[in-house]
Amino acid sequence: MKRIISILLENEAGALSRVVGLFSQRGYNIDTLTVAPTDDDTLSRLTLTTQGDDQMAEQIVKQLHKLIDTIKVVDLTVGGHIERELMLVKIKASDNDIRNELKRSVDIFRGHIVDVTPSTYTIQLAGDSDKLDAFIDSVREIGIMEVVRSGVSGIARGDKFLRV
Amino acid sequence: MELLSGGEILIRALKDAGVKDVWGYPGGAALHIYDALYRQDDVFHILVRHEQAAVHAADGFSRATGEVGTALVTSGPGATNAITGIATAYMDSIPMVVISGQVPLSKIGQDAFQETDMVGVSRPIVKHSFLVTRAEDIAETIAKAYYIAATGRPGPVVVDIPKDVTDPSYKVPYHWPAETKMRSYQPTDKGHRGQIKRAVKTLIGAKRPVIYTGGGIVIDNASEHLIALARQLNFPVTNTLMGLGGYPGTDKQYLGMLGMHGTYEANTAMHHADVIFAVGARFDDRVTNDLGKFCPHATVIHIDVDPTTVSKNIEAHIPIVGTCTSVLTEMLSIAQQLDIEPDAQALQEWWQQIDQWREDKGMYTAPRYEPSAGECIKPQDVIKMLYKITNGEAIVTSDVGQHQMFAAQYYLFDKPRMWINSGGLGTMGFGLPAAMGCKRAFPDTDVACVTGEGSIQMCIQELSTCTQHNLPVKIINLNNAALGMVRQWQDMNYSSRYSESVYEDSLPDFVKLAEAYGHVGMKITHLDELEEKMRECFAMKDRTVFMDIYVDRSEHVYPMQMPGGSMRDLWLNKTERT
Repeated sequence: MKRIISILLENEAGALSRVVGLFSQRGYNIDTLTVAPTDDDTLSRLTLTTQGDDQMAEQIVKQLHKLIDTIKVVDLTVGGHIERELMLVKIKASDNDIRNELKRSVDIFRGHIVDVTPSTYTIQLAGDSDKLDAFIDSVREIGIMEVVRSGVSGIARGDKFLRV
Repeated sequence: MELLSGGEILIRALKDAGVKDVWGYPGGAALHIYDALYRQDDVFHILVRHEQAAVHAADGFSRATGEVGTALVTSGPGATNAITGIATAYMDSIPMVVISGQVPLSKIGQDAFQETDMVGVSRPIVKHSFLVTRAEDIAETIAKAYYIAATGRPGPVVVDIPKDVTDPSYKVPYHWPAETKMRSYQPTDKGHRGQIKRAVKTLIGAKRPVIYTGGGIVIDNASEHLIALARQLNFPVTNTLMGLGGYPGTDKQYLGMLGMHGTYEANTAMHHADVIFAVGARFDDRVTNDLGKFCPHATVIHIDVDPTTVSKNIEAHIPIVGTCTSVLTEMLSIAQQLDIEPDAQALQEWWQQIDQWREDKGMYTAPRYEPSAGECIKPQDVIKMLYKITNGEAIVTSDVGQHQMFAAQYYLFDKPRMWINSGGLGTMGFGLPAAMGCKRAFPDTDVACVTGEGSIQMCIQELSTCTQHNLPVKIINLNNAALGMVRQWQDMNYSSRYSESVYEDSLPDFVKLAEAYGHVGMKITHLDELEEKMRECFAMKDRTVFMDIYVDRSEHVYPMQMPGGSMRDLWLNKTERT
């Protein structure tokens, strides 16, 4: 089962490497990882996704919490949550019909064309991972040149929040 | 305000952290620090012969005293040599601070001379690590390092200091923080009261209980609490290899060690138990044997200060996260308030059963090995003799292998912090430097290093440190002319094909070697000499003595759990099994 784990981390040198190291050291996989400072620049917010059953997820959360730089850890998949991922896709688009079809697809998926050349479109799309997968499937035949995904960022629904 | 250089700040901070001894080895990147060390008298430095030994000695000191040990090494090879020692301390949760010199900040990443990314290399084997980039940060970092090392589940902390940060020409004000607080690190102390109450009720209702305790009892100084609770409940107690001495080895409620080379009665009682009360233990694979067959009837209560340990290998029915002392204290008070009594009838039957197991196959009711005779000295008998001559009051360090297991089985530790061994990592070479750390801490106590001719050669250079710093430890070398535990496995699993476990007449003359370092050497080949020579050895209070004792080469350690079996599936000797 896919797990989205959110971590509030001291924004210190080496802190990220400890999180990443923990996963390889304990034999867990990281599927996606995003990290950036928060509104408080002494803190980093990190979201990672991994696969695991309940027992494994519990152990991962506990192990992450044990890291000295970690302030808070939560498994977002346990409750209601919102996940978003940003994707940039560069697609071959020299033919007019293809350009029109792409434009329609981008509208359907509520994306944006953010760069245009005579032979390419660069498309920006945000949403949950399934939506991004679906878009890729829909344009695969046209000729994808490059895909860049940010990895999942997540936040709990409702009144719950992760803060010091 | 007084202005100090980074090197001076470091040494002053060590003093303010309560450090008296530092074990170490100098080198280029640490020279500013060593110069600051030279110009003061508060912190004493002990020069070892290899950085691994500096860390083991600091570790031995810490295990014997409960204080945080300190090691100081230089960058590059100094730092990497320390790694085995750090990993050893990490696996056994030993509080320690290791300070390493680093190349100057401007050279980091340039593949400079003696440059190693120490924070990176040590990352998986430290509780935490710091790279200090400003002299102004040294004191606070040191305060944090000692705080982190000593609290919660203890462990080693690395502080890596680039050479320019300790530059003597750059001076800044010194400030030692009055207290250390970290928003990201707040170890749990007290356990959940509701869970503790549930645990007490479960214990009181138990019919076939076993208290299974590990290194946590020793580390947390919870031995007296454990004894009080065990006595009040009249429950049997077994200790892990790391927990020996946490409960008195000669007490009638004590079943001996459990696990791979644990006693028949301890392992069998665990298997049949209806309640297992695990305190400061971690259900290590050397205890549980096959997890799927582990203690099929048991309700598991597990106390540990580290949440990741609880339900990691064996699911705890009643998990309690807290320190052993705080949780056991609370349990005692709850047990006294509750108006229920243990089931005396069931307990009596349980004790009868245990006594029967002891009688049938226990190692303390009758010798379960062939007796020594003439030139065939049994290693077990050497340990028994050591116990007799030191009145069971020596601090015993060990290396790793058969001798370690014989020492664990036959030296009955009545007090914690007397048995010093590398249980988790299993580091050969640990024994002698650890003994130096113990002797430094307790100069008036006998310190014996039980070792083998394999292990001792991994840090034998430290005999020179013993000379320089007057550390009169006693080395009890169980010489069977082979890597005994390797050979035992080769006997049992590889049709006695002794692949690289024998030395073919290449062993040194240990007597001459000891003498070359200025010590006393003794060679014992006959049973008749053993007692007299050992008495002589321990009578020489101010000399390091190397007793090279030739023991039976064919002896195996028993009992031994059978791979893939349950706890009670044991080889009892070369031909008999449960």
